[in-house]
Amino acid sequence: MAASEVKVLGSWSSPYVIRTRIALHIKSLTYEFIEEKLSEGKSQLLLKSNPVYKKIPVLIHGDKPVNESLIIVQYIDETWPSGPSILPPDPYERAVARFWAAYLDEKWFPAVISIGMSDGEEAKKAAMAQVEEGVALMEEAFGKCSKGKVFFGGDEIGFLDIAFGSCLGWLRATEEMNGIKVMDQGKTPALVNWAECFCCHSAVKDVMPDTDRLTEFGRVLFPKLRAAAAAKTH
Amino acid sequence: MEGGVVLLDFWASMFGMRVRIALAEKEIKYEYREQDLRNKSDLLLQMNPVHKKIPVLIHNGKPICESLVQVQYIDEVWHDKAPLLPADPYKRATARFWADFVDKKMYDSGSKIWKTKGEEQEAAKKEFIENLKLLEGELGDNLYFGGEGFGYVDVALVPFYCWFYAYEQCGGFSIEAECPKLIAWVKRCMQKESVAKSLADPEKVYEFVLHLKKAYGIE
Repeated sequence: MAASEVKVLGSWSSPYVIRTRIALHIKSLTYEFIEEKLSEGKSQLLLKSNPVYKKIPVLIHGDKPVNESLIIVQYIDETWPSGPSILPPDPYERAVARFWAAYLDEKWFPAVISIGMSDGEEAKKAAMAQVEEGVALMEEAFGKCSKGKVFFGGDEIGFLDIAFGSCLGWLRATEEMNGIKVMDQGKTPALVNWAECFCCHSAVKDVMPDTDRLTEFGRVLFPKLRAAAAAKTH
Repeated sequence: MEGGVVLLDFWASMFGMRVRIALAEKEIKYEYREQDLRNKSDLLLQMNPVHKKIPVLIHNGKPICESLVQVQYIDEVWHDKAPLLPADPYKRATARFWADFVDKKMYDSGSKIWKTKGEEQEAAKKEFIENLKLLEGELGDNLYFGGEGFGYVDVALVPFYCWFYAYEQCGGFSIEAECPKLIAWVKRCMQKESVAKSLADPEKVYEFVLHLKKAYGIE
């Protein structure tokens, strides 16, 4: 597989981009990573490849763009079926994995981000409560999905590991920035263990951003985003 | 309950209709259980503790939640009849993208039309039509989305049609005037028994919306 055949438009800090790269690594695929410098505005390639949302990640296979990280991961799994499977083989387990991935994207990760975006203590507390509730749900889900094994996917990293694990960087940075602990040995022992195994995995370790780097980035980014949001509503 | 298929649903839910269409396409026999959303049943709360929402598909006693997850599940388990997702991975990714677009955009912009008035409503109408036009563009000259037979994106989108009359009445506009190709596609879909039998009566939906407006104190 020539590296130029597969391109990923993304950034180092986006969990959605991380998902894409983990999936490619699982399938042992080489690709060209094109870093979008988000502070410099969106590239022509990005605008052309994702005209509907104009967002990263975009996977470009040959000349065909694929958008939305969970859709990209499924595309990778289906296009290269000879590599290790990412989605579970059983339809019910697939439905469970998709359900939790949708929950993470629609409810949980936005709550993590809203901690950084919150103006005022009450809003922050409400967001934190939602994040903690979600982590408790995932701890329970891990018990059911892993069936005593290391990952949500069993012996190997699967769809839900990728969906959730990709968010660990920002979760940890959020914990740092706010002096809180959401995932810990007391409340979520199984997830603490899972997170360690996930981050050490060969398909993950090179793309998982360093928590300190993300924290530093977050300390600059969130005030900017809050100011922009405030400007919009006035 | 062991064995069999049960659907916990609400008659006016476009999300529930997606599942009804998929089950009908595959000719699956199932038990439909209408839910009272103001007084949620123990079964619903037990089967969907995270969101407490319909539809919930129960197969062999095990719940599946989220309508697009349910439609994919139905397509995968009953794969020998009326395939909804195409076989080609790129076409599948495209189908998933547009079904996801319907999920992200249609419900919220549609709801805003009947829930608001004045400037807010005008903005909601504009956004709603813009989204429909994007979908119309994706349909192109095809009979159904994806260019093959009736499939995943058609199932995801067509249920919203039975809410169009309510949106039009509340918003004072004509969707057919703005998106004639899309309405032509709707009429094509409505010729299928699985669709015609699964969609609610638009007049009844409008009555329901009027009732909701009263209940929420929206003029």
